[in-house]
Amino acid sequence: MLKISKLTVTVDGKTILNGLDLEVGPGEVHAIMGPNGSGKSTLANVIAGREGYQVTGGSVSFLGQDLLSLAPEKRAREGVFLAFQYPVEIPGVANVYLLKEAVNATRQHRGEEKLDAMDFLKLVREKLKLLQMKEEFLYRSVNEGFSGGEKKRNEIFQMAMLEPRLAVLDETDSGLDIDALKIVADGVNAQRSADRSVILVTHYQRLLDYIVPDRVHVLAGGRIVRSGDKHLALELEAQGYGWVESDPSTVSAA
Amino acid sequence: MNPAVTDLGELVGREYKEGFVTDIEADTLPPGLNEDVIRFLSAKKDEPDFVLEWRLDAFRRWQNMKQPNWAQVRHAPIDFQAISYYSAPKSDADRPKSLDEIDPKLLETYDKLGIPLEEQKALAGIAVDAVFDSVSVATTFKDKLAKIGVIFCPLSEALANHPDLVRQYLGSVVPAADNFYAALNSAVFTEGSFVYIPKGVRCPMELSTYFRINALNTGQFERTLIIADEGSYVSYLEGCTAPMRDENQLHAAVVELVALKDAQIKYSTVQNWYPGDEEGRGGIYNFVTKRGVCRGDNAKISWTQVETGSAITWKYPSVLLEGDSSVGEFYSVALTNHCQQADTGTKMVHIGRNTSSTIISKGISAGRGQNAYRGLVKVLKGAETARNYSQCDSLLMGDRCGAHTFPYLEVKNPTATIEHEATTSKIGEDQLFYCRQRGLSEEDAVSLIVNGFCKEVFRELPMEFAVEAQKLLSISLEGAVG
Repeated sequence: MLKISKLTVTVDGKTILNGLDLEVGPGEVHAIMGPNGSGKSTLANVIAGREGYQVTGGSVSFLGQDLLSLAPEKRAREGVFLAFQYPVEIPGVANVYLLKEAVNATRQHRGEEKLDAMDFLKLVREKLKLLQMKEEFLYRSVNEGFSGGEKKRNEIFQMAMLEPRLAVLDETDSGLDIDALKIVADGVNAQRSADRSVILVTHYQRLLDYIVPDRVHVLAGGRIVRSGDKHLALELEAQGYGWVESDPSTVSAA
Repeated sequence: MNPAVTDLGELVGREYKEGFVTDIEADTLPPGLNEDVIRFLSAKKDEPDFVLEWRLDAFRRWQNMKQPNWAQVRHAPIDFQAISYYSAPKSDADRPKSLDEIDPKLLETYDKLGIPLEEQKALAGIAVDAVFDSVSVATTFKDKLAKIGVIFCPLSEALANHPDLVRQYLGSVVPAADNFYAALNSAVFTEGSFVYIPKGVRCPMELSTYFRINALNTGQFERTLIIADEGSYVSYLEGCTAPMRDENQLHAAVVELVALKDAQIKYSTVQNWYPGDEEGRGGIYNFVTKRGVCRGDNAKISWTQVETGSAITWKYPSVLLEGDSSVGEFYSVALTNHCQQADTGTKMVHIGRNTSSTIISKGISAGRGQNAYRGLVKVLKGAETARNYSQCDSLLMGDRCGAHTFPYLEVKNPTATIEHEATTSKIGEDQLFYCRQRGLSEEDAVSLIVNGFCKEVFRELPMEFAVEAQKLLSISLEGAVG
């Protein structure tokens, strides 16, 4: 699904990612953990194609394509979804309107017909239920006046609508209380499938109690310094990031 | 790392889509302005004597006035002797009686604009008084309106058929020498619409005028007068667009609205004059005086404007709130791109007791566009418990454009409640990226964000006009952002 090789990224001349390797297979859920400033969000943003990041080396291939050569909207239509750490407010634009534009842009890209209003509404209602969201939510402006939890829920709702091949969840757990965390995790779990891969970017182990990953990677100094199964996350939680950073035996084993 | 990401400037650089010229032969006066020209204009229209006197009086005063220079706009001095003050389609003597008689070229022109007369009539039930250059060439639905006593016709026709009514109100809101451009208009106005809604009548359809400048070197000096008698209601739509051209064109219109007791006038404008090219060459100078008066108690006047065109816009649709409990509203979207300049806003003058006004202004600047909001809220001594709410939001795209806000307040009565809010925001790279990450093209993302920004104004527009406004905004934004 996704293959990242020797990826080096600088921001304003400062190297953030330094020869990162990562491979995510179809249907797999990978967690990327690491201390603040280790480059987790940079990785998420580079995959999605945000401006301001200079790729100075390496490659990212998605379903066999050179992902880095595609504009952000092309990546999205090919099935790359980023759940934002800080979802943006767009005043005056109803949630449902953005969603419809987004869904139809992707459908058109795939050579499918645009959904008519009725079919679209049917789909929307089904997915709303998944995230336990009320219908009035659709008619509020995108993220405007949403609580932190609502914003994150909205991201996962959008993911459910867009049915991506690869979803990158950037600190989706931050700012959520335990009830909201469960709802969001259930929403993600319901979308796990053999042809959908997920990358969870997180600072804390907590999220991984609810979304159990197939692989856990620790990012430090711009590279993956340690990989393992879900137990690695527990180990990290117990010992802190200092443990991996100071351990001389750390090797990349993605 | 994003080779596919185009920069704003590139997307901004689209060409004006309405750029084409229809070659109807024009009967045009040579450039120049003097009393003879005014006499010619008046004679050509077979006007009553009082109109000629009024024109000449305005002209004499205008000669002693100076071009205003207080607005936040810059342009070379205008040579008023280089402008031709009359241009009419050749068929002037033999005015068409129905659409069949109209030059197919003209109908084609409307087709290109996507607003064919036929379709407008059929779909929207709109009576269209089309102004093509200086003479109206199509007037529809007049009979139907006449049955309920509504007069909707070219001003020249009203002068011939209802001289007393026109005489009573012409210049009563915008006096002949109100300001430099209004005085010029009073001297040389050649067309425009006249509307009278009788007592208690609710006009059953949106009245619409479609302006279009076409002949080379011709200034346009429309004059519109709308009177809503006691307890009546009318919604009036004004929209315009112009073909591409090289030289600057002056457009100095005057619009006067009179709402009597319990009457309501809703005046909506979508303006898309040719804005000039990327370097600011050409384009229309749109120096317009629009003012309404709520002459009776509980009267209401509402201005809604979407200004996307013109090289320079200088325009302040205003309301004089004379009647007690009368209401004035101003909803505006002004977009400037490339080298466009806009200095626009409103004046709300509270005279009667318990009067209220609302001002919602949305300025969008892109390219090197400069956008100024200039608004005055004036509460006179006798205006007990007057209320005003003003909201002025500016949206910037890129870093070479400018937004300026000049709110003026003059409050002479301590019981007044005045609220003013202003925001300036930059169209966020974050917002754009968010939308693009969801699969929208950069262009669609900008259009979405800007339409959201303007929502409070668009919802004031009649439905079919709102759609057109969004379309125009998107077209302008293709050239404006992206």
